[in-house]
Amino acid sequence: MALNGIQIFKLTPKKNCKECGCPTCMAFSMKVAQGAMKIEQCPHMSDEAIASLSEATAPPMKTIKAGAGAAEFTMGGETVMYRHEKTYVSRTRYAVKLDCCMDEAAVDAKIAELQKIDYERIGERMYVEAVYVTYCGAHKENFLSIINKVKGLNRVVVINCKDVDAAAEAVALCKDGKPILNGADASNYEAMNKIAKDAGIVLGVSGKDLNELYDTVAAIEKLGNKNLVVDVTGASIKETFKNAVLVRRAALKDQNRTFGYPSIVDTTGIAAEDKYMQAALLSLFTMRYGSIIVVDQMTYAEALPLYGLRQNVFTDPQKPMKVNPGIYPLNGADENSVVLTTVDFALTYFVVSGELERSGVPCNLTISDAGGLSVLTSWAAGKFSGNTISKFIQTEVEPKVKSRKLVIPGKVAVLKGDLEAKLPGWEIIVGPREAVQLVKFMKDLQA
Amino acid sequence: MPFNQKPQKFNAKINTVTIGSGEKTVALGGNSTLPLYAFDAPTANTAKIGVEISDLGQTSSEGIKAYYADCATIGEAAKKAAAMEGADFVALFLEGGDPNGANKSVEELIAVVNEVAEAVDCPLVVEGCKNVEKDAELLPKVAEALQGRNVLIMSEKEENYKTIGAAAGLAYNQIVGAESSVDINLAKQLNVITTQLGVNAQKIVMNVGSAAAGYGYEYVVSTMDRIRGAALSQNDNMLQMPIITPVASETWGTKEAAASEADMPEWGSQEDRGIDMEIMTAAADLASGSDAVILRHPQSVATISKMIKELA
Repeated sequence: MALNGIQIFKLTPKKNCKECGCPTCMAFSMKVAQGAMKIEQCPHMSDEAIASLSEATAPPMKTIKAGAGAAEFTMGGETVMYRHEKTYVSRTRYAVKLDCCMDEAAVDAKIAELQKIDYERIGERMYVEAVYVTYCGAHKENFLSIINKVKGLNRVVVINCKDVDAAAEAVALCKDGKPILNGADASNYEAMNKIAKDAGIVLGVSGKDLNELYDTVAAIEKLGNKNLVVDVTGASIKETFKNAVLVRRAALKDQNRTFGYPSIVDTTGIAAEDKYMQAALLSLFTMRYGSIIVVDQMTYAEALPLYGLRQNVFTDPQKPMKVNPGIYPLNGADENSVVLTTVDFALTYFVVSGELERSGVPCNLTISDAGGLSVLTSWAAGKFSGNTISKFIQTEVEPKVKSRKLVIPGKVAVLKGDLEAKLPGWEIIVGPREAVQLVKFMKDLQA
Repeated sequence: MPFNQKPQKFNAKINTVTIGSGEKTVALGGNSTLPLYAFDAPTANTAKIGVEISDLGQTSSEGIKAYYADCATIGEAAKKAAAMEGADFVALFLEGGDPNGANKSVEELIAVVNEVAEAVDCPLVVEGCKNVEKDAELLPKVAEALQGRNVLIMSEKEENYKTIGAAAGLAYNQIVGAESSVDINLAKQLNVITTQLGVNAQKIVMNVGSAAAGYGYEYVVSTMDRIRGAALSQNDNMLQMPIITPVASETWGTKEAAASEADMPEWGSQEDRGIDMEIMTAAADLASGSDAVILRHPQSVATISKMIKELA
């Protein structure tokens, strides 16, 4: 439980030495209670006091890292239940499941399929970041050969295995890649904990219900391991959703640190052989507290909406999403196609480019740096003005495009005169005020 | 020591709004938990699904075309939509009224509305053409034509609330769909001025704005999260109206759903791309607080309906 300033003050040396930068120990204590300073910043604090305080002032949810090198990713570290309260920090990761009951051809096909998803969307690489390898208890040889196959894929391997011996062998094969061992439960946690700790990897914990899960996590913490993820998958969709929400709520709202870990949600059992339901659950658990979500397949059908959704939900509300300035040719445009310009606010770009594509008219959409603001806001801030647009057109567009027709957003129609003066040789056309009117506008312009 | 499960209880709840008349009605809202949190308190009404049909034909995808292949008239299409597995109501989208599109006359569209109303007895939602001036002309006529059916008229906006709100909510006693664009303050403002007209707050359903997943969807999430939070934890009765979200009209036009396999061979099945875009957007809407979603594809309707049942 979090301590208040008075409780922290009782543990300080009460010397008012000012070495921490605060005028008094009381002032320092208040800052620690608010999270503005760390307890270690006091040079005179005793070790016992630091130990008891660091527990109390630790963040509510741990930040856990898995994978090595380029494949490494971070989970957890969240401080709020809703993105508008501050921001989410660690985006959900997706894993495709392979299991030891699949034959070699099926495994190879799955691996080839998941590798096809690899593209960029607004500056972020979108791909399947993890593979989830399941051991059913019968086909150990196949299980280990799958581990061998996937360890070189440059993705985080999640080993889903309750059998201690098989888990030890699998970890030995791929421990350099810092896999996650999702295997501890009430019956085997001591042995599993040893394997994970010895290899220095994250341990996944599961339980038949929330009580058992809670007790098992507490028992593993007592063994000194806090490098954990909790598998919240239950027997049904309903139970899994309940678990995911309650674990996150306990950690963040009730400061219950035993549940302050990232989560794994496996949809392949609760929505078995139903790719559409798995798609729905990918979305549901991206919205509500899944850190790693496991599915049977990831094709472009799932990936395109899903990665877009994730990018939206995990964007920082204080920083607007921006697209890179440049020339975006649409509908097979060439250097003679009409030029349009707008701002670099991602939402504006998506709406405008979507409507332009719908019009089917070849055109060059040019985006200048407007600070990631909308058209009117950036215009008001002086970041989308006659000067910035003309400068961008002269330096970036004129050398590459022969067309001398420029369409500006209807909302900044006032810039027309200024642009005509600053861009000799260009015909400045005022476009519609709203993007939805672009289809008709472009067709009329072409006619 | 077992886990201490603390339910999150609120002393407020979302209004219950019933659409439809006679034996077939559907109730939206009524819950006192955060969206889908059935483990905190019993669910009064699960989320509902509307199947959207357009006066311009059902052509969003091959699968949708095939489903309606034997329907020669809009009345037959409405019957087929009402019979779709998982459908709770039919949403008639009068997109042909758009002056920038087919620009059908009000009389033509009212004939369509009447045909649909005669064909089905299930609860109805009528969506205007989204052009503010045309809707102000069209929707009061729709409200008049459907007197006694207790339909939801979408949408009344800040620009035309006087005409549409007064006609639908006062003169013809229908349900008013209040549409604002992804902002909690705009949503509240519209509810306030609509009730000031004299419309009963219990007869308003909100469309707080929507987007397809990936298209500025963060605004939809935060708007709905905040509205639900204010409605339940602050007992703000100007934000306790149920939320309806038209999903299909946003998702089927996106590049992900509309790009052909010839143009985008590496993207694979166009049908599945459209379905998954619709399913994922709808699932996210429901998680954020929609009490009803409007969909088109039979597969999306079946999957989302199953998900709602599983979570109840």
